[in-house]
Order: sequence, then structure tokens, then C-alpha cells
Amino acid sequence: MLVEILQTVLSGISIGCIYGLVALGFVLIFKATEVINFAQGEMMVIGAFIAYSLITMLNLDYWLALLITILALGLFGMLLERFVLRSLIGEPVFAIVMLTIGLGYAIRSGVSMVPGWGTDTYGFHTPFTDKNLHYGDLVISWEQVSVILMTLVLIIVLFCFFRYTRMGIAMRATSQNQLAAVYMGISVNRVFSLTWTISAALGGIAGILLAPFTFVHMNMGFIGLKAFPAAVLGGFGSIPGAMVGGVIIGVTESLSGVYLPEGWKDIAAYIILILVLMLRPEGLFGIQEKKKV
Amino acid sequence: MPQLEVKNIETYYGPIMAIKGISFEVEESSIVTILGANGAGKTSVLKTISGVMEPEKGTIEFMGKRIDHLDPDKIVRMGISHVPEGREVFHDLTVKENLAMGAFLRRDKDGMARDLETVHAYFPVLEARRGQLAGNMSGGEQQMLAIARALMARPKMLLLDEPSLGLSPVLVKEIYDIIKRINEEQKTTILLVEQNAWMALSTAQFGYILELGRIVMADPCDELMENEDVREFYLGIKEESVRGSKRWKRKKRWR
Repeated sequence: MLVEILQTVLSGISIGCIYGLVALGFVLIFKATEVINFAQGEMMVIGAFIAYSLITMLNLDYWLALLITILALGLFGMLLERFVLRSLIGEPVFAIVMLTIGLGYAIRSGVSMVPGWGTDTYGFHTPFTDKNLHYGDLVISWEQVSVILMTLVLIIVLFCFFRYTRMGIAMRATSQNQLAAVYMGISVNRVFSLTWTISAALGGIAGILLAPFTFVHMNMGFIGLKAFPAAVLGGFGSIPGAMVGGVIIGVTESLSGVYLPEGWKDIAAYIILILVLMLRPEGLFGIQEKKKV
Repeated sequence: MPQLEVKNIETYYGPIMAIKGISFEVEESSIVTILGANGAGKTSVLKTISGVMEPEKGTIEFMGKRIDHLDPDKIVRMGISHVPEGREVFHDLTVKENLAMGAFLRRDKDGMARDLETVHAYFPVLEARRGQLAGNMSGGEQQMLAIARALMARPKMLLLDEPSLGLSPVLVKEIYDIIKRINEEQKTTILLVEQNAWMALSTAQFGYILELGRIVMADPCDELMENEDVREFYLGIKEESVRGSKRWKRKKRWR
């Protein structure tokens, strides 16, 4: 009994970490540009497909494939910002949000048209496939542990970047007060570009991490619909909030999948979301906008 | 040759012409002030200089080089730092991080460390509060931080937009004393925009008076202080009229 609960919670945490990473992509772009990027889930699709091609078609090492995928997605995010989103700066936010929804559709269809990718479902081997840790009755899959560990590493890297590097602090400054950042000589275009680069790369990593659980498929990006409540739950705009929100939703989902009747699994996340928002409308880690006049 | 030369600039704020063709000069190491009421276009003048707004017509030259239509970061790099109206510090960054952002374009670690010491010497409160979030500080402290942040870029010219806004008279005096010291000790040129005419005229050497987007007077500050219209409309000193009663609708003579 206890073992079963532990295993369920652990698998919830690991899937929650992936929700969190996608939610983090939403939050970073929202904080910097006030746009919600509904194509964030599709970054995962591209990431997973690229990694699949590199690993199964080119027989590359998993870690090398991971690195190449991160760089490729970063470049993709940068180009997307430079050639698509930058021309819309100053347009109404809803127009830009609609554009990202369109981008999502375009990417999904684009992926299905690539020879060798298409609409089929694929999988690839990772160094953790079929490896388990045994603790008495408790069996923990390395796949799940690796997701949690890699997410932790990513968060520490991001935390240090935003806290200690000149560009990271400049990105926080720009999201707080764009005009003042311009007065400091910070180039807002460069900040936006870097934000999209980081978010797309995060999406790509999430895609690779998710692949062993849901397999590689053009519609795997719909998980973004679960990452979105994770971001809202944590208080949209809060980086730790996105991760905590992701983990809460992951754990709830996996517990209700095991202990509640069929069907609860998919709505559990939203029930939690509604409850939290009723008690704390600004989200768990959200700060209510204070404006001093 | 003046350090900053503004010639005939016209700037639009949306469809409204905020600056209607004004020209002025600022000499190196001087303090020059632009006075005007709400909506006179003072802030627009500063924003046009620092590149945040673009002039439709006219030229701006800084140290002999055209700077109109340059990007704001290039203008900061040339040595013009803007302290915006209402402070605009980064609320969720610490004091230390705010100051680091002031030096965003600089790479010389030694020079930056030296300037941080200088800035701390002018504003000891910032050193004491270096780990605190800027948003939790009082208005006066935030104003000091905004000035200190601009100084961290080691500017040749400082654009100050209403440093007295919303501060108590004691604090206003304290901040103006420091502005004067910065000008004397660092030889930083200061272009000051104010509604607080008394403070501005007693600090600056030369003053312009801006009304509805036009410059209507340009004189040394001591002469402006003697001017009857400036005294009545900007300093609020009412002189008794011949009949001993106040005339409510007296015309300004420069119109």
C-alpha cells in the first residue's frame, strides 16, 4: 500500500516536472513580453522529433542529441522572435496571442509533413530505459528519477543565470520596467530574443524528457494544455510558482488516476486549479500588482 | 562650442505636437534648467534627447555629433544618462542590482568598482541598504537610487526629470545639494527639468522657460529670478499692484 502510494507520487512528480518546464516557458515569455505563447507545447514536439531523428536515425549518443536539440530549439526560438514576433511589437496583445495559436497549428502540420516524421508514433532509447532502482518492495524507474534530476539541474542553472549574470539581471529588469531598462541602454530587442531562445530551448528539453512516457507524436504538444493551469496555479509570472504548480498538478493527476474512478484523472488538475484560485486568486506564488503613484 | 545643441526640434506625442520647434544649448559642466508647467513638454524634450522619442524635424548634436535618430543605448554609450520622472527604479531588484543595471553597458570592472564607491559616498543610505529591494524604499531613497543608477554609467551629461516630485522640502534640499556637488566635483553637465521653479533657479546657471511646447524665455537664472512674470507665475511672489489689489487676469508679457 505505502509502496504503491510512493510510486504513484514519484511518477506524479516526474511528470509534474515536465509540466513545470513547459509552464516555465509560458511564464518567461509572459513576464518579458506580456504575450502568452500558445505554441509552447509545439516546441516540445519539435524537440522530441529532432532528438528521435538524431538518436534512432543517426545513432547519436543520447547526451549529444540532447545538446544538439537544445541548441536547435534555441535557434528556432530566436528566429521565430526575430522574423515573426518582432514585426508585431506594438500590436494589440490578443493579435499576437492569436498568432502564437496559429504558429502552433503550423508547427504541428509542418512536423507531419516532414519525411520520416509524419503522423506516426515513435519512441527512442535513453540511457535510463528499462533500468530500475530496487529498495525492498519499492521499484523506482530510472527514467522518472532522471527527469526529476535533470529538471533540478535546469532550475539551478536558470536561477544562477537570472540572479548573478549581467544579462540575466537585465532580463528581470526589463520585465519589471521596460522604459527604465531602455534608459539604462539595455536593448529590449536583445532581451526579447534571448527570452524566446531560452523558452524554446526549455520546451525542447521538456519534449525529450516527455518522450519516454508518451512517445513521440505530433500531438504530444497538447500537454501544454495541462502546463497552462500549472502556470496559473503557481501565479502566472512566478518562476518558482510554475514549477510548484507543475508538480502539484502532476501528483494530483497521478494519484487520482490510481485511486479515483476512470475520468477523474483528466479533470483533477482543473478542480485543484479552481479551488486554489477561489482561495487565492493571484495564485500560490503570485504577487498582486502594487502600483505606487 | 556647446556640449549639447538642440536646433528646431519638433516631436509628436501620438497625434499631438508636444514640442513645437525649440532650440537651446547646454555648455559643458554647467547646470541648465528648463522650467514649465504641467504639459509644457518638458519631459518630451528630455525623452527626445535620450532617444526614447524621435523628433520629426530638427537636429540634436552632442559633442559635435548628431544624436537624433540614434538608438537609446548608443546615446547612453556616448555619455548621456536619463533620470526619468517618477524615479522608475526596478522595484523587484535589490539596490545593488539596480546600480549594476546603471553600468549595464560598461565592461571596465575597476572603473565600475571606483564609481560604486563614489556613488556610495554621495548617497551613504544606498550602501547601507544595498541588499534591500528598491520597491521597499521610501520615495526619497528611490530618487537617490535613480540618480546613483544613472551616475553608474559615468555620464558626461545627466538629464534630470523633476527630481523634486513628491518629496518633502527637506529631502528636496538634500537632493539638490548632492546634485550641485556632483556637478562641481565630477564636472558632470546637468540638464534639469522642473516644476519647482525656486529650487531649479537657485541651482542652475542658465534657464529656459517652456510653455505649450515653445521656449518663451532664455536668460541666466539670476535674471529670471528678477523677472516680474517669472516671479508671479513661477515663484508665486505677488507684487502689490498700483491700486493695491490683485489683478486676476493679468497677461503674461511674453505672449
